[in-house]
Amino acid sequence: MTTITSAKHTSQPPRWLGQRLKSLGESLTPGQLAATGRQMLLPLMGILVFVGFWHLAAPQVDTSLGSFPGPAQVWEQSQQLWQEHVNQRERADKFIAMQEERNARILADNPEAEVRIRNYPGAPTFPDQILTSLVTVLAGFIVATAIAVPLGIVVGLNRHFQAAVNPLIQVFKPVSPLAWLPLVTMVVSATYVSDDPMFEKSFLTSMITVTLCSLWPTLINTSVGVAAVNPDLLNVSRVLRLSFWTHVRKVVLPSSVPMIFTGLRVSLGIAWMVLIAAEMLAQSPGLGKFVWDEFQNGSSQSLSRIMVAVLAIGFIGFVLDRVMLLIQRRVAWNE
Amino acid sequence: MSKTHLELTGVEMAFDTPKGPFVALDNINLKIQKGEFVSLIGHSGCGKSTVLNIVAGLLQATKGGCVLDGHEVNSPGPERAVVFQNHALMPWLTVYENVELAVQQVFRKSMGKQERRDWIHHNLELVNMAHAADKRPGEVSGGMAQRVGIARALAMKPSVLLMDEPFGALDALTRAHLQDSLMEIQQELNNTVIMITHDVDEAVLLSDRIIMMTNGPEATVGEDLYIDLPRPRNRVTLADNPEYVHYRQEVLRFLYEKQRKLEHISPRRSGKPEASEGEQPKARAARA
Repeated sequence: MTTITSAKHTSQPPRWLGQRLKSLGESLTPGQLAATGRQMLLPLMGILVFVGFWHLAAPQVDTSLGSFPGPAQVWEQSQQLWQEHVNQRERADKFIAMQEERNARILADNPEAEVRIRNYPGAPTFPDQILTSLVTVLAGFIVATAIAVPLGIVVGLNRHFQAAVNPLIQVFKPVSPLAWLPLVTMVVSATYVSDDPMFEKSFLTSMITVTLCSLWPTLINTSVGVAAVNPDLLNVSRVLRLSFWTHVRKVVLPSSVPMIFTGLRVSLGIAWMVLIAAEMLAQSPGLGKFVWDEFQNGSSQSLSRIMVAVLAIGFIGFVLDRVMLLIQRRVAWNE
Repeated sequence: MSKTHLELTGVEMAFDTPKGPFVALDNINLKIQKGEFVSLIGHSGCGKSTVLNIVAGLLQATKGGCVLDGHEVNSPGPERAVVFQNHALMPWLTVYENVELAVQQVFRKSMGKQERRDWIHHNLELVNMAHAADKRPGEVSGGMAQRVGIARALAMKPSVLLMDEPFGALDALTRAHLQDSLMEIQQELNNTVIMITHDVDEAVLLSDRIIMMTNGPEATVGEDLYIDLPRPRNRVTLADNPEYVHYRQEVLRFLYEKQRKLEHISPRRSGKPEASEGEQPKARAARA
């Protein structure tokens, strides 16, 4: 089920980005510009060499669905996927407009009449799947954080508790999402029974799997950060007779923020990787399902489309990490 | 003589080690009057910091105890504010916020908002740090951070100010400057101060009284020297003062004749290498 909102799609970049780029151009002196150029040059060369190699090597690899897609086919498919999305949106907008018109007509005839409002029944497009995946991964990651940070603080503060919990952490940390998934699926189907479910079961299954796999790095880093607070600062806290909560809020937590964020970044990376696998297996909507469907579909374009998904997954993972880094710079005192 | 302000009686401190208990302090007795500036001096490892931590309440004596104004000390508290060797400021708070944390905690009920703000500024001005109120500890020099550490401690209005080698990590000029500031502040506020130091000149210049400690383990009070020099004291004019020179020599004699520390002399010069020192070259050869 996809809910289509009537968002407008413009091809122009958002205004803040334009302003940012403009101010960037103005503030750079020729020397800085040259330095930035040099900085950009090597990564660009790396990418070019990779694309060239890919272009030459891809046709050599034959599969039952034709030869492996090169950069040109993948580029073509990415445009194709975008076009399908735009077309789908147009149809959806038309559907909604017609529905509203009809409902208005019915209401004009008879204000008491019950009108039906239905969502557009079309299949989710590639960008829709990306959005679903992002929502799922963020939900799983937020739940993982909400569990891991408080638990990590407790574990870090109390040596006895740490000794008790440590073996469990060590055992569960390396478990693959694929192992959790069947269990999570069964538990969700058995326990999440509701006539009017707020979430899809498949969404919950993927989200819980993401949570289970991604909470460990945050948990471990938080507990290490909390246990490593400078003893002098702990003594200051004792001399001031800070209450337990003030101690945690004013001393322990700020002191461990850098470590917590390192954990959060690792966790988010894992969450994103796990999600794709979970979606493939759980058949829950998202990028993983897109890849799986294309694989099952087996048309001549499937491999190119999967390759578009691979690149999109990689790029989104990179952007997620960058966003976390930006938040870390905002929040952490040592940056 | 006025009433005893702070009293240590029969303090023994033993630490548990895998080889059995290690007695760091043995039978320390000390009476300190209100407004007295007392220095604890002794070789490293003699347990000076342990004494200070017991007064602070950060450590519990295994025998004996510490009484401040008729109350037994058994936990830390802001009336015994501590200035740590490495300032111990919260690196994520500004200079102002660091002092604020202490003022908020101690005077939350007794002072109004504006009153607290004024009090924080007053203490920062006392140590000449008002200009850097909005800087983080990482953005100011070590000496400036230490000033803030002192301001934070003073802002708690402690009845005893405990200083654990407060100037040990600073360069000589900064140290002299801060010593002068501390003398002025102490003159003005008449705080009771217990300061740990390694520095003989610092001890004689600042103190009313120097407690010299014997070497550990089982360290105790060796000598108790009253420094009867008029205040305000000036380091330049005192340098030639025969009394000052005499006090200095007393302390030096104690440290380097009566309580000479043999382990600190290198084995080559003493001609009698210790077992542990002698083993090292062998171990290194074996590894190579």
